[in-house]
Amino acid sequence: MDIIIAIAILGGLGLIFGLVLAAASKIFYVETDPRLEQLNDCLPGANCGGCGYAGCGGYAEAVLNGEAEIGKCASGGNECAQAMAAIMGVKAEAVTRKVALVRCSGEKTYDKDGNLVSGARVKANYEGFKDCLSASKVGGSGPLSCKFGCLGFGTCVKACKYDAIKIVNGVAKVNEDRCVGCMACAAACPRKLIVPVEPKRNVVIACASLAKGAVTTRGCTVGCIGCGLCKKICPHEAITITNNLAVIDYSKCDNCGLCATVCPKKLIKDSNVEKLQEAKV
Amino acid sequence: MDILGIILSALLTENFILVKFYGICPFMGVSKKIDTALGMGMAVTFVMALASAACFAVNLLLVELGLEYMQTVVFILVIAALVQVVEMFLRKFVPALYKALGVFLPLITTNCAVLGVVLVNVQEGYDFLRSVVNGAAGGLGFTLAIVLFASVRERVDKTECPECFKGFPIALITAGLLALAFMGFSGLSIF
Repeated sequence: MDIIIAIAILGGLGLIFGLVLAAASKIFYVETDPRLEQLNDCLPGANCGGCGYAGCGGYAEAVLNGEAEIGKCASGGNECAQAMAAIMGVKAEAVTRKVALVRCSGEKTYDKDGNLVSGARVKANYEGFKDCLSASKVGGSGPLSCKFGCLGFGTCVKACKYDAIKIVNGVAKVNEDRCVGCMACAAACPRKLIVPVEPKRNVVIACASLAKGAVTTRGCTVGCIGCGLCKKICPHEAITITNNLAVIDYSKCDNCGLCATVCPKKLIKDSNVEKLQEAKV
Repeated sequence: MDILGIILSALLTENFILVKFYGICPFMGVSKKIDTALGMGMAVTFVMALASAACFAVNLLLVELGLEYMQTVVFILVIAALVQVVEMFLRKFVPALYKALGVFLPLITTNCAVLGVVLVNVQEGYDFLRSVVNGAAGGLGFTLAIVLFASVRERVDKTECPECFKGFPIALITAGLLALAFMGFSGLSIF
């Protein structure tokens, strides 16, 4: 008899709770826009945060509410922007793919006695959290002589969700095939060295030093001293020297690569030449 | 004054995670960042207080019918249903709170810390007020432990540790050390 009461009570309670839940799901039903799910399906779902919202879901909601523009998803690219535009019933402009560029060439190489052959000079050994932000706070300007150079502790590597950055000889290097251009690394870099550029952009300036030429030279063998040779040789007047640093205006540049040939510090990188050299080797 | 004693023991001497080892799953899983740990802690506090109140009422029914041996089963049922209803209710009427706690609520449905506090209430024979106080204080103790643990883990992640200890092993060692530290409270008694 006892067991029957027990079964009845438990079964009854289960039934009551089930009914309450069923009723609650009707009473508390919240209508959601079906487009939200469609938008979510368009997005890559990597939650990289490159759009400035908390994950893909946050961005989809913002687009639905009209708070965000379509085409902010770097990782989804043009295809994703067009699909989202179709759902929202608007037209989206074509989105060009961008990849990250680390504006530092200070890869350190040493001879067998430990003397610096080329690259950024290390003025002190940093022992602490392996983190660029915390390293950059030490001793005024961090362990490097150059105040602008890549510290190489890999804060950007940790920020990258696509495994596209590696530290090579103390400087971050971007794998352009893997990079989707979310720029999470740029947000993480305490020295603001990482900028978006078009992929396969042949000529880039891989230095961010705003210091005067003499100071830059003391700190690094491959720092921009603002000598202006690139500016003089450029046939399209695309290069300007601002704050001791050469800057390329890509609306004028046509990738001829002349500037890379004259740069005395070899910090203007021309990927065409690099590819040729790799092919020869 | 015994209410103060209940609060202190639930917070420190009988801390649900670090002394009784209830609810280790969310303790390890949701403790990588301080803010998510805090959100989880708040959700647990909320649910533990509610579950204590609801199960107190259900227990009266069970005692009346002489079915005390079914407490565990019935409490699981009550807690699971309660959390589901609360989740729907929050989603409809308090979207802000739902956004803050929403992700964590389904995780708590079958959390043993919640079941644990309810069973403790019954064993100790607490009345309604004391049950709810014990539930809320137990939840706050959970929050304290998980936030402490998350802040240690955030720092440990940034340090260099031997390859074989990276990730969960060092987290487990950290948890063990925290539990050792909490053993220091075990002699504490004011009443």
